[in-house]
Amino acid sequence: MSVDTATARAYAAAASVRDPEIRVLSLAELGILRGVEVTADRVVVTITPTYLGCPAMDAIRGDVVDAVLAAGFTDVEIVTSWSPPWTTDWLGDDARDKLRAAGIAPPAHHAGPAGRAVPLVLHRPTPCCPRCGATDTEEIGRFGSTACKALRRCAHCRETFDHFKEI
Amino acid sequence: MNADHHYVLRLGDDALIAAQRLIQWCTRAPALEEDVALANIALDQLGQARALLTMAGELEGRGRDEDALAYERAESEFGNVLLVELANGDFAFSVAKMLFFGAYQNLLYQELSASAEPTLAGIAAKAVKETAYHVEHAALWTVRLGDGTEESHRRMRSAVDEVWPYTHELFTGDEVTEAASIAVRPESLRPAWSELVDEVLTDATLRRPEDGWAPTGGRTGAHTEDFGYLIGELQVLHRAHPGARW
Repeated sequence: MSVDTATARAYAAAASVRDPEIRVLSLAELGILRGVEVTADRVVVTITPTYLGCPAMDAIRGDVVDAVLAAGFTDVEIVTSWSPPWTTDWLGDDARDKLRAAGIAPPAHHAGPAGRAVPLVLHRPTPCCPRCGATDTEEIGRFGSTACKALRRCAHCRETFDHFKEI
Repeated sequence: MNADHHYVLRLGDDALIAAQRLIQWCTRAPALEEDVALANIALDQLGQARALLTMAGELEGRGRDEDALAYERAESEFGNVLLVELANGDFAFSVAKMLFFGAYQNLLYQELSASAEPTLAGIAAKAVKETAYHVEHAALWTVRLGDGTEESHRRMRSAVDEVWPYTHELFTGDEVTEAASIAVRPESLRPAWSELVDEVLTDATLRRPEDGWAPTGGRTGAHTEDFGYLIGELQVLHRAHPGARW
């Protein structure tokens, strides 16, 4: 097996792993899979977590190791890289559609803030309801079921929904 | 003295102790949504602490990892500021701590994200976005309580007055910040911090407290009485069962 073929196979295995908290997205779609290198039988997978304290990282590491081993490799190392930092701008349009279909309002484009703390109002667009599409939604909780999501309610259909926060 | 190691260790200690205090709100917050919010903010702080303590261990070069640094140091070896270790008090007191500390961290991480040291710059670039949410959250509560009922105003004002003296230590430089090649001078962050905090306090109909008493000692390991209990709770499991995993 050539190195290129092996790399493609290892990449495909790692890329297909689903995010443990947002099951509709693969690690590749989420944008946290940053690289896969194969030398001899050793596979090094580089991941950039969404948040420094992302509690899903241990599960992700385990799932990636399992997937790469299942693809026929014997030695897998997971490397965590913080630079460049992950941003929701790395989510592609396909991924955003999948989030919406799963009832999660996707983050706005290019809203990755400079990070400057602006008191009281961070000017972000209001997300639409992923169920009925209404634009009139309100925030119930800044931090929702996971650190990366906020909890909102639609004023039109009255359903609550998660919003993937821009970061 | 390995100043870079000490500097990063302090940053990690600030985040670790802030996380440990915040998580004590778990199941005790005024509403379920707030419980979740505080736990998530604590989780962000813990994530920052883990990355920074790991880096501090590498800079030290003596084989200590994040766990060794968090669980196996004595009270006097922690270099966090006193502000983060203060007991939680009422909800307003915790909000005041979160506002003052979050604003400081956010400004600090902004500067560090331009660091020539790539690991530190990467951690800071991530943390600056996380802390922007913390500041916003704390600012919203400060205004809601300050510009709320007579009782909530009284509590928020008293919290701001009581926490204020501890903010001075955030901006106090010493031989470590002078010597560390990767350090941001803490004094340099103060003008932007004051501007941000003043804006929130004004919106919250609160007055900015007078500067006066300025307790220090956290950076050199002279901590408050409450800190001993916090560290005891943080370390008890690891000390009873070294290397325990689950």
